[in-house]
Amino acid sequence: MEMFYEILITVFLVLAGIFGLAGSFGLVKLRDTMQRLHAPTKATTLGVGSVLIASMLYFGLIKGQLSFHELLITIFLFLTAPITANFIAKTYMAMNMKPEDIPETERAYGWAIFEDPPQPVVIDDEGQEGA
Amino acid sequence: MLRRLIPHPIVSILLLIVWILLVNKVTVGNIVLGAFLGLAVPVFTAPYWPDRPKVQKPFKVLEYVLVVLWDIIVANVEVALIILFKPNKKIESHWVNVPLELTSAEAITVLAGTITMTPGTVSAMLSADGGNILVHCLHTNDPDAVRHDIKHRYERRLKEIFP
Repeated sequence: MEMFYEILITVFLVLAGIFGLAGSFGLVKLRDTMQRLHAPTKATTLGVGSVLIASMLYFGLIKGQLSFHELLITIFLFLTAPITANFIAKTYMAMNMKPEDIPETERAYGWAIFEDPPQPVVIDDEGQEGA
Repeated sequence: MLRRLIPHPIVSILLLIVWILLVNKVTVGNIVLGAFLGLAVPVFTAPYWPDRPKVQKPFKVLEYVLVVLWDIIVANVEVALIILFKPNKKIESHWVNVPLELTSAEAITVLAGTITMTPGTVSAMLSADGGNILVHCLHTNDPDAVRHDIKHRYERRLKEIFP
């Protein structure tokens, strides 16, 4: 049975390696920053995820102690990865793009890096709208 | 008064659980320390997060999490295949403008995070009034289908969770 567990853990580790490698290769291969952004945010999530599953299985099945740290790492990763990607995307766009380069919003307000947000409407004591 | 002391009850409970998972041991001391953190952190961060988001239908949250997890697995395989086997010239990247029906900041944050984690899409920017989201798509032949997917698969479910 130990043998079976070890094979299972190995499968997850190899899978993690493959996805990690694909993500890193994407960083080198793809053409511009926006495309490169896709590689680490996707391919690596499953890469890291597989390592964590392997770690959980190892401690749960072979060492006989249940560990929840991997679960927490997953949650922290899912919370932080999109925000990092969003920051990188916005910085890149603010430095390298003009409003003509991206599609219009087709509404009253343009995209956030080119336009200021609408002024908040303040309603005073008499129920009148003021600035 | 109670509202000022405990501005976000769910966050408090969540912090307690995370703390216990972090120390990986359930003792009275840990629970007390976790409860203290769970009460103190929301009070100190309340100025940055004044409104309490309403979450309805907890089972919908579970359904949403499962759908997204499945999509993340599919996304990983799809993106890895595109990176490894598609020549650069054949990768057609598109910008997709998705008009939003969601209005609460929490719901839009969850949607933007979901878009970034799932099939070949990264959420890049919101419009100035928060009514549109700009999505970058790594490879697609049909940007309208991407928009429909996002609206139908994620936004519809989030609208039920955050009314």
